[in-house]
Amino acid sequence: MEAGGAVERAQSGDSEAFRLLVEQHSRAVFRLAFRMTGNEQDAEDVVQETFLRAYRQLGKYEARASFSTWLFRIASNYSLDLIRMRKRHEDKRERGKAEERDILQTLPVNTPGPDRITYSRQVQERVNEALNELSAQERTAFVLRHFEGMSIDEIGETLGTGTNATKHSIFRAVQKLRRSLEPVVSTAR
Amino acid sequence: MNHIGEEQLVLFYYGEAAEGAAIESHLEECEACRDEFRALQRVLNTVDSAPVPERGSEYGSQVWQRIEKRVGHRPKRSFMHWWIWAPAMAALVIGAFLAGRLSYRAQRGGSPATAAVSNQQIRERILLVAVGDHLERSQMVLAELSNAPEGKGKLDISDERQMAADLLDDNRLYRQTASSTGDKGVASVLDDLENVLMEIAHSPSEVSNQQLDDLRQQIQDRGLLFKVRVLGSQVREQESQPVAQKNKEGKKL
Repeated sequence: MEAGGAVERAQSGDSEAFRLLVEQHSRAVFRLAFRMTGNEQDAEDVVQETFLRAYRQLGKYEARASFSTWLFRIASNYSLDLIRMRKRHEDKRERGKAEERDILQTLPVNTPGPDRITYSRQVQERVNEALNELSAQERTAFVLRHFEGMSIDEIGETLGTGTNATKHSIFRAVQKLRRSLEPVVSTAR
Repeated sequence: MNHIGEEQLVLFYYGEAAEGAAIESHLEECEACRDEFRALQRVLNTVDSAPVPERGSEYGSQVWQRIEKRVGHRPKRSFMHWWIWAPAMAALVIGAFLAGRLSYRAQRGGSPATAAVSNQQIRERILLVAVGDHLERSQMVLAELSNAPEGKGKLDISDERQMAADLLDDNRLYRQTASSTGDKGVASVLDDLENVLMEIAHSPSEVSNQQLDDLRQQIQDRGLLFKVRVLGSQVREQESQPVAQKNKEGKKL
């Protein structure tokens, strides 16, 4: 429940109440958006677009779900569209390039043994790369499950994909992440 | 209990396995499964290390400042673009005119067969008018984006985006109709148009120069503006022909 019935007041056209909601939820939406898109600029776009869409659709919000879940739904779906669009453009740009990147081949060689900070930064980069290798659907479902703690049923409902397809997206995401990250993690032990 | 599959381990990790207690006791007894689960834990725990840029306590206020102008106001250009309303109004006027003619003829006692033919012709004519309007509005959206000036900041394309979203459903319907009547050329143009409309509809309200370039590139790569313009002219031409002549030439869109 939002403080002071801000949602209800915003629904009745009180823009000051909507401002409170924006101030209250922006950081959480940004975190979600960044994890979904992996890109700060895109995440900012998602935040802005999420609140603009939320404002236009306020009349459709029903208090069955919490306001933050509803916002996450809007942000997830917009992020999903954005990632798909980006991937299409990237595929186009990269088509024709003969060399395939294999991000995991070089790390053990380049890892400076004693420098844990550099190493940890490299691991983080690898994690980002591995997340970028996921399809839009896999990444969205995985982020909602892993970082936001939403249940598989909730994710299926949020993305309109149903429970089984969501489960498969998460499994595929985990399998890909394991394939990408296990060599890195095992060198860290 | 057999060894635990990877899917079950993933569900267990997230606390969603149906037989959580059984898996837990199996993990206590089975070293192979325990190792497998630890490997999974290591990877998923590593994923948590991916950093998220920090946003300070003022971030919410900054977001509000960015969207404040657009909250509480309808998009300012929506009601000013003549092309948003003119074609729809034209379709309504023509539709009303044709419907009036039909009812006038029926009142004057035309045979049921004649009335049925006229009805069919009128429906086709109204469809033509609607498709013509649709192409005209699509062309306007594509032209607006193709000719939009590039600036230092971001460009507000919320009107074009809204228009594209509005046009998508109709486009889908016309494309399906064209496919089912075997009109491959028209279906192909509408298919290209649908992809670009979808890209526009799913773009942010404000786009950077790079994002605008990407949209333009999509339009340009497909030669879409030209194709839509040509198809629109063909439809308008067909629309202006007398009904009898049009029937001789076929009923495709």
